[in-house]
Amino acid sequence: MIKIETPLKKDVALSLNAGDQILLNGIIFTSRDTAHRFLLASDFEKIRGATIFHCGPVVRDNVVVSAGPTTSSRMNKFTPGVVAKYDIRAIIGKGGMDQSVLEALKGRAVYLAAVGGAAAIYAKHIKVRNVYKLEFGMPEAIWEFHVSDFPVMVAMDSKGRSLYADVYAKSKAVYQKLTR
Amino acid sequence: MDLKSRIIDLYRKAATELPADVVDALKGAYEQETDPTPKEVLATILENLSLAKGEAIPICQDTGTPLFYVKDDGSIPRGELRKIIEAATETATAEVPLRPNGVDIITGKNIGNRPIIHFEEADRFGIDLFLKGGGSENVSAVYAIPSTEINADRSLDGARTCVLDCMVKAQGRGCSPYVVGVAVAGGIEEVAHLSKKQLLRKISDVNPVPELRSFEERTLKEINQLGIGPLGLGGRSTALAVKAAVAPRHPACFFVGVSVGCWALRRHSL
Repeated sequence: MIKIETPLKKDVALSLNAGDQILLNGIIFTSRDTAHRFLLASDFEKIRGATIFHCGPVVRDNVVVSAGPTTSSRMNKFTPGVVAKYDIRAIIGKGGMDQSVLEALKGRAVYLAAVGGAAAIYAKHIKVRNVYKLEFGMPEAIWEFHVSDFPVMVAMDSKGRSLYADVYAKSKAVYQKLTR
Repeated sequence: MDLKSRIIDLYRKAATELPADVVDALKGAYEQETDPTPKEVLATILENLSLAKGEAIPICQDTGTPLFYVKDDGSIPRGELRKIIEAATETATAEVPLRPNGVDIITGKNIGNRPIIHFEEADRFGIDLFLKGGGSENVSAVYAIPSTEINADRSLDGARTCVLDCMVKAQGRGCSPYVVGVAVAGGIEEVAHLSKKQLLRKISDVNPVPELRSFEERTLKEINQLGIGPLGLGGRSTALAVKAAVAPRHPACFFVGVSVGCWALRRHSL
């Protein structure tokens, strides 16, 4: 496991390869559908160069109780715009993202897979630093987290490799054989 | 203990620990994986289950949509029962805690948790609570067949094609390994409801209808040949079980419902 500091420096983001396992340390920001729309419509400079976490946490008294990744594909259509506008270097989520995002990551950023549903574990690696746009509701607000040794795997790298694309292609071929 | 307190306890149990049959199935999936990535993903899942249960904290931050299936013996008026469930939901949201998961479509405002309650006549009172995750709900599907698009004709074999199509489209986005509920019937609300209810069945149970039993076995085996694996990162365990049911159809209609349950299949009974 490689320890990586957030925000990621550009050369660090570009050095990562699909399949690498890393431990994140530093600040990350949660952002889901509503927050992505907000990021595109407004200017939120705090997130410049940052790591985005697709997550709608359970937070009580400013303590993270449970916080794993939400499905990233919902953010597909906002992500190329957000990555370009804010120089986002890393995105943490689950389930992967589409070809347009893979293109947007090229030479810029990486997509990091966390285990969907493993939210009790991740909560132990997170401390709340701040929250913005709480009026969007607890799941949709932008939470600023400090993470320590937060474990993720590089699943889409900045060189155009996606683990999900490989799995999809294989599953599609098997499907065609099974339903012929 | 009064009913409201018992329902709050049921919420806590459902949000923080999985039923034993699901845990066993996940352990079985871990054993049969050979590649390091799916094995590590399943190890993380199992470690998370121990931690969540041990500390009584939600397994997943998406504590789901609360689905209640009430076995109604007539002993408590339904209106009263609904009020008790709603009050228990509000308390459980604060105490467990649960994530407030209700969003008003028109205003976009978060309105807290809203239980969905189904009543069914029964000889003995009981409640099944199922906390249904949103990610797996999003990859669920209803098919009207025949479908030339996916080459599915009006038969159980066509239904099998629908399930496999649903899985290929879902990949790992709904948090595989899945439990897959299937219903074949004549209307959209019927296949939606009946397929979701199949997720309440124990993983180990055996379908009494031989044709459905072989449908379940074959479809499960084929889903696991797709290689999608835990969280879509590749592997042998894409589904833990397939559970199927049928209901009569209109001569003109043939619907297939596929309700996908994430690995965190949080169902418990009272």
